[in-house]
Amino acid sequence: MTSSPVSDVLAVQDRGGPAQPLLVVKNLKKHFPVRGGLFEREPKFVHAVDGVSFSVAAGSTLGNVGESGCGKSTTARLIARLMPPDSGSLVFDGDGVAEYGGMALKEFRRNLQMVFQDSFASLNPRLTILETIAYGPQVHGMDAAIATQEGRALLARVGLEPDQFASRYPHELSGGQRQRVNIARALAFHPRLVILDEAVAALDKSVQAQVLNLLQELKAERQLTYVFISHDLHVVHYISDEVMVMYLGQVVERGPVERIYSDAAHPYTRALLLAVPSMDPAQRTQHSPLMGDPPNPINPPNGCRFRDRCSMAQDLCAASTPLLRAVGPYAEHIVACHMNDPMSGYRHATVKPSAAAALEATV
Amino acid sequence: MTQTLALSAVTQPSQNTIPNRSYWHVVARQLRQEPVAMVSAVVLLLIVCAALFAPWLAPADPFKASMLKRLMPVGSPGYLLGTDELGRDMLTRLMYGGRLSLLMGVVPVFAAFFIGTSLGLLSGYVGGRVNMVIMRVLDVFYAFPSVLLAVAISGALGPGMSNSLIALTLVFVPQVVRVAESVTTQVRKLDYIEAARMSGAGSFSIIRVHVLGNVLGPVFVYATGLLSVSMILASGLSFLGLGVKPPEPEWGLMLNTLRSAIYSSPLLAALPGAFIFITSIAFNLLADGVRSAMDIRR
Amino acid sequence: MTQPLVSVKDLSVQFTGNRKAQALSQVSFDLAPGEVLGLLGESGSGKSVTLRTLLRLHPERTTQVSGSVQVAGHDVLNLQGKALNHYRGGVASMVFQEPGLAFDPVYTIGQQMVEAILAHDGVDARTAQQQALQMLERVQIPQARRRLDAYPHELSGGMRQRAMIALALVCRPQLLLADEPTTALDATVQIQILLLLRELQKETGMSVIFVTHDIGAAVEVADRLAVMYAGRLVEMGDVAQVVQQPLHPYTRGLLASTVSAENRGQPLQAVPGSSPNLANLPAGCSFAPRCAHATAQCRREVPPTVLRGASALACWQPESEGQVW
Repeated sequence: MTSSPVSDVLAVQDRGGPAQPLLVVKNLKKHFPVRGGLFEREPKFVHAVDGVSFSVAAGSTLGNVGESGCGKSTTARLIARLMPPDSGSLVFDGDGVAEYGGMALKEFRRNLQMVFQDSFASLNPRLTILETIAYGPQVHGMDAAIATQEGRALLARVGLEPDQFASRYPHELSGGQRQRVNIARALAFHPRLVILDEAVAALDKSVQAQVLNLLQELKAERQLTYVFISHDLHVVHYISDEVMVMYLGQVVERGPVERIYSDAAHPYTRALLLAVPSMDPAQRTQHSPLMGDPPNPINPPNGCRFRDRCSMAQDLCAASTPLLRAVGPYAEHIVACHMNDPMSGYRHATVKPSAAAALEATV
Repeated sequence: MTQTLALSAVTQPSQNTIPNRSYWHVVARQLRQEPVAMVSAVVLLLIVCAALFAPWLAPADPFKASMLKRLMPVGSPGYLLGTDELGRDMLTRLMYGGRLSLLMGVVPVFAAFFIGTSLGLLSGYVGGRVNMVIMRVLDVFYAFPSVLLAVAISGALGPGMSNSLIALTLVFVPQVVRVAESVTTQVRKLDYIEAARMSGAGSFSIIRVHVLGNVLGPVFVYATGLLSVSMILASGLSFLGLGVKPPEPEWGLMLNTLRSAIYSSPLLAALPGAFIFITSIAFNLLADGVRSAMDIRR
Repeated sequence: MTQPLVSVKDLSVQFTGNRKAQALSQVSFDLAPGEVLGLLGESGSGKSVTLRTLLRLHPERTTQVSGSVQVAGHDVLNLQGKALNHYRGGVASMVFQEPGLAFDPVYTIGQQMVEAILAHDGVDARTAQQQALQMLERVQIPQARRRLDAYPHELSGGMRQRAMIALALVCRPQLLLADEPTTALDATVQIQILLLLRELQKETGMSVIFVTHDIGAAVEVADRLAVMYAGRLVEMGDVAQVVQQPLHPYTRGLLASTVSAENRGQPLQAVPGSSPNLANLPAGCSFAPRCAHATAQCRREVPPTVLRGASALACWQPESEGQVW
């Protein structure tokens, strides 16, 4: 029996056509019940993801930023279908997943892979790294010998010499090396889209730069699409084409990277940008843009969820929830804020000049 | 240019230079460095060999009784460890007795290991209601003290060796399941299991390749700790008349039959007990050594 | 410089337990009263080990320490018993990275603070409570009275960190050791804590050693910056000078590989390779295997740390760009 060419076994067709965005997510919701005491009347829910919609164009990188409790990791797991959403839809390359008329879940798994934050917990401590990398393709029917051979090639590509590293165990590698292994494992499927969930957050800064370079090279070589989740605004600025900002389970702003970083429209985005420590000792940060901690997503406030910490909130903000709307003439840049909506009834004239000026001053 | 420099430079082996060996090699090597465990292993080996090769090594016939030579003290000429209440050579009976005692100690633990791991894996991986039902049913058994449970089951099934083996297995299965389920539940939450699910693998493949290897370790350690308990319980059952029947030699049974001699020849009466004690402690210390040898980070 | 508060000379620390490593080699620096020193480095650089040695937190049996450490007139390495207890908390105190782990989960914040106060000051319980409350208010915890009776798990991350700072400062130490206090916090909380530390330092006039791997955080709080690599101090100087005109190739590499908007679209200038194994340091300069300017001398001999006033440099081939070192 002749062995089929390696690429044929895992070839994934471009079904939807080049004009379709690769991933379209509509109105994802995921609420986790909180186990209260025996005498709790009202069941409490963690509103981890509460109506998130976005799309990712093929070949681009979507950066997803937000602080703890914003739901970006849960969103990643929902997209990866590691857990079922409570509601909402997911369309990958024009097809639904595991639905009537859509693609099978197993095929979907070849298209979308994920690299996790904890490089050590992502690797089975009992398997050698070559075994770990070769496991995935074998699940999809690849011959074991070919999978091993491809695995070695992948190890070399990510910068780990196969003869030295193939039979090592995860605990014998450094954090940066382990993360390279995780990237190799994801690539073994020849995926179209890779979700990087804080993939470089736990690495030393010098190693981070190496891994980011690797990710950019691989993206160009293999026509990958990335969803890059991070809390580090510098890294997101460097690597993303589009940026999405989340707060308490919702998308508050989204747009091309340069728009977001030069002219952010949402007060929370501006606060995040102001919170980045200054690199110039002569111009240190003098005021904190926000007080308090990111809130708990259990039973979030009604109306705009950011109003408790927003210096420009008005009664309107508690009464109604702002929807995502384009910012001025920029159709690609959308924000969910009453200040952006001329029809909302937000009273601009009464905004205290000092608050506005403080936010306008340095971004 | 800088990229190739950056990439190729990673290949220098800057990490620790342990030559790569398989996990069990490493465990064996670390075990060899534990003096207490090694001594226990040697002692156990001696006892096991004595038991195994009893037909060739034993000086006398374990069933040959002689009313004239009853209860001869330790060190009598021709009878190294004396004779029992029916005049049979103690050394011979202890060696032959080791066979049954060890068998009754080890077999239930092995059986419980296999049954318990499978059940625990299934229960832990599936989770939810199934897990709850299985664990609560087993809790009922777990709630009884081991000795009581062993006696109750054994009594219900009737005396005899195979019945007491079944009884002991049933006593240990809930304990092993508990450990296996707990480890499985922890492992299941780790990122590499999620990564395995993301590869599109089915549940059985994931359990076999990813979960099993990581669960076996802790369960194995727990099971080796059970060996000493099992030996004592087995001897206890025989002592109570629920296990091996006379005239079969077995340490627990010998303790029972020598009871009447405890005031006249205390040393003789204590001998089977001493052997139970030594074997049990050796199992225990060996298990401790295995546990620390399996700590792979060292 | 006036009499320095902290004077570390040729500090070397070797771990001899299960994991052997030469954690620190010949580290020397001084710290003036009221000065903030940022200690920058990556994993394995020895920055946390330095802090822990200043508080004598390593197990005695498996740690070999040589050199001398003087803090406010105390010979730290030779302190024992009561003197050591008085020193810890009373003279020098520490803020840890994980606020959740530094508190005992079964006691309230107030109880833990009062315990510290009673151990150091000879006041009665009521006064101790008052002092604890005042300290909590000073670190700007909202509703301080309620937080005093709260358990650690009832507080959010940022508040726990404030509470830990309060606990560290409650006995008015002269030296505050901060071990990556903001690494585990969200960005908007991190900047609050950094500003708080700056304010408190100005109010109390204490000296601070701030350990971090984040250059931005160091720049926000530090007057001077010290860079560590593989257990050695490789560069030290005024924070503006180190950040804008770094001399050591490692510092340069670190700053050049910092991800920022300017590099968008181009590959980052990553420092190749990875940090050395502390159990098996190479001969000569430990950065030589990764350094583009390494010469035969660099690989043969360890460069000495040359001290000049408040600055220091350990390099055979500093990149001076025309400046004379």
